[in-house]
Amino acid sequence: MDFGPYLLLATLEGAVGAAVLALTALGLALVFGVMRIVNVAHGAFFMLGAIIAWWVADRLGVGSALNFLAALIIAPLAVGAVAVVAERSVLRRLNYNPESTIVATIGLLYVIEQVALMTYGPDARPVVAPWDFRIQLPWFGYSGYKILVIGASIAILLAVWWGLTRTRIGLMMRATQFDSETARAFAIPVDLVYGGVFAFGAMLAAVGAVLVVPIQQAHYLMGTDPLLLSFIVVIVGGLGSLRGTVLAAVIIGLSDGIISVFFTPTLAKIIATLAVATILIVRPRGLFGTRPT
Amino acid sequence: MRSLRVNKAVTLHLGAIGVLFALQFVLPDYHHVNLARVMVLAGFAMAYNISFGYTGLLSLGHAMFFAAGLYAAGLMARFAGVGAEGGLILGVIAGLAMAVAVGLLALRTTGVSFMIVTLMFAQAAFLTIFYFGEYTRGDEGFIIPSGLRTLFGFSLVEPATRYLVALSLFALCVAVSHGIARSSVGRVLAAIRENEERTRMLGYNVFLYKLAALAISGAMSGAAGAAYGFLFGYVGATFASIQYSIFPLLWVLMGGAATVLGPFAGTLLMFYLVDISSAYTSANMLIVGLALIGLILFFPKGILGTIRERAAPWLP
Repeated sequence: MDFGPYLLLATLEGAVGAAVLALTALGLALVFGVMRIVNVAHGAFFMLGAIIAWWVADRLGVGSALNFLAALIIAPLAVGAVAVVAERSVLRRLNYNPESTIVATIGLLYVIEQVALMTYGPDARPVVAPWDFRIQLPWFGYSGYKILVIGASIAILLAVWWGLTRTRIGLMMRATQFDSETARAFAIPVDLVYGGVFAFGAMLAAVGAVLVVPIQQAHYLMGTDPLLLSFIVVIVGGLGSLRGTVLAAVIIGLSDGIISVFFTPTLAKIIATLAVATILIVRPRGLFGTRPT
Repeated sequence: MRSLRVNKAVTLHLGAIGVLFALQFVLPDYHHVNLARVMVLAGFAMAYNISFGYTGLLSLGHAMFFAAGLYAAGLMARFAGVGAEGGLILGVIAGLAMAVAVGLLALRTTGVSFMIVTLMFAQAAFLTIFYFGEYTRGDEGFIIPSGLRTLFGFSLVEPATRYLVALSLFALCVAVSHGIARSSVGRVLAAIRENEERTRMLGYNVFLYKLAALAISGAMSGAAGAAYGFLFGYVGATFASIQYSIFPLLWVLMGGAATVLGPFAGTLLMFYLVDISSAYTSANMLIVGLALIGLILFFPKGILGTIRERAAPWLP
């Protein structure tokens, strides 16, 4: 293949990665922004979403499109439920203390991962893509499903943006993020907002996972990479800036795809991690952060 | 009053070292090796405690300092035939140099950014080990030849010497931690942890103090890494992975941050928790996870932190 088409393929692959990453990172950024806690178990919620998606598709068996659609609805709801339980029973009791919640969510990460290992097992299993359509470009054929992932991600991001800026619930969330004590004084149920945001963040990760599972198989350790990348994205984008998070996801997802075309994967990762560190050293608040961390 | 408090602490630490010394004569082989391992890892945990517990620097990249010591010692042994004497010194230098280099850059950030920057540097270090896989053999790692594992003529393959060297390292780390906690520098570090702005306003060069804390922490981590390599003979990339950056954080939090013996208590408990649970289930990290959640819910200050709060306020 010539250089041009090769670059196009790399860009497309990068865009799919960026689409999933944007959803996952947005979930982490919401939790971080509103609740001011670092959810280390975010990757575990991602993995749980993928595994439940496989389970739903496997049990239902009514054709790949319906299976997938059912998984897309059931998996995020189930993951949201798990997140609510965890939030109410552990995080709330810790009073959302930043350091304690890091430890607690590391514990939660181990618990979810190990329960997945005990029930689902150590194998990697795929979910069949809902449609089997290839877009034929002049140089290569490209999976239509991957284009669908990009479209779905953009639609969900727009919906979240609309929800945050145009609805009453979004207003409550933003008020809580801005100043939780004043929000409480204005009769906003901050406690409920926290529970809801935590569940919603986990659900976004689960949606990302369901979208990715036809491309990349479900495995009990699959949450580590999304977690690390989401962390990077949230910090580079700037804490509290959702726009920055999405933009950083696009930049990092795309460059991840493109850099790995030009360098060996290991060297590409070394360059990428050092680049992220450099960005943070030069701009400690991230690219779009305004508030001190 | 003050001298009484100091004496109590010194007595406690000497007592703990004495008990560990006596234990080597009564422990069965299996626990004998385990305890040696725990003491070395506790050295790493105490190193982490200096930057995290006393200074409030939450680093997620300490594995790179441990690995710097481990690999400096291991690679020099493998390719230059350096023994444990030189290896340990090299390990300390490597850990120190790495901590100063990382600190000069990473300490420009604070809070969560600092966490991520250290995580990124550690990840880059981890990947570098793979990049030079020709020499390091990546994940698989390599063995330090047992002929080189000698310290002043004593073979470190011998369990008894190994235990004593581990104990010496441990005692040294306790002494350093105790010294820092009791010194005026230690008080400045605690002040930085409690209120960085105010400390700066009082005229202290906060950056230099933080760099010093990180440097000492890095040097101690490097020493623990080099000792681990020479005592147990294996050098591998696992020790540079994220997991080994999270472990010292867990050990310190479990035992009690900013207590001298807390890191040891945490390491010991965690080690045996994993050890015992792996006899019953392959999913032994489940027990660890539940233990973590339980501890943070009911003993948020860690074991020694809780004791200090409730019974012994003099605990260092």
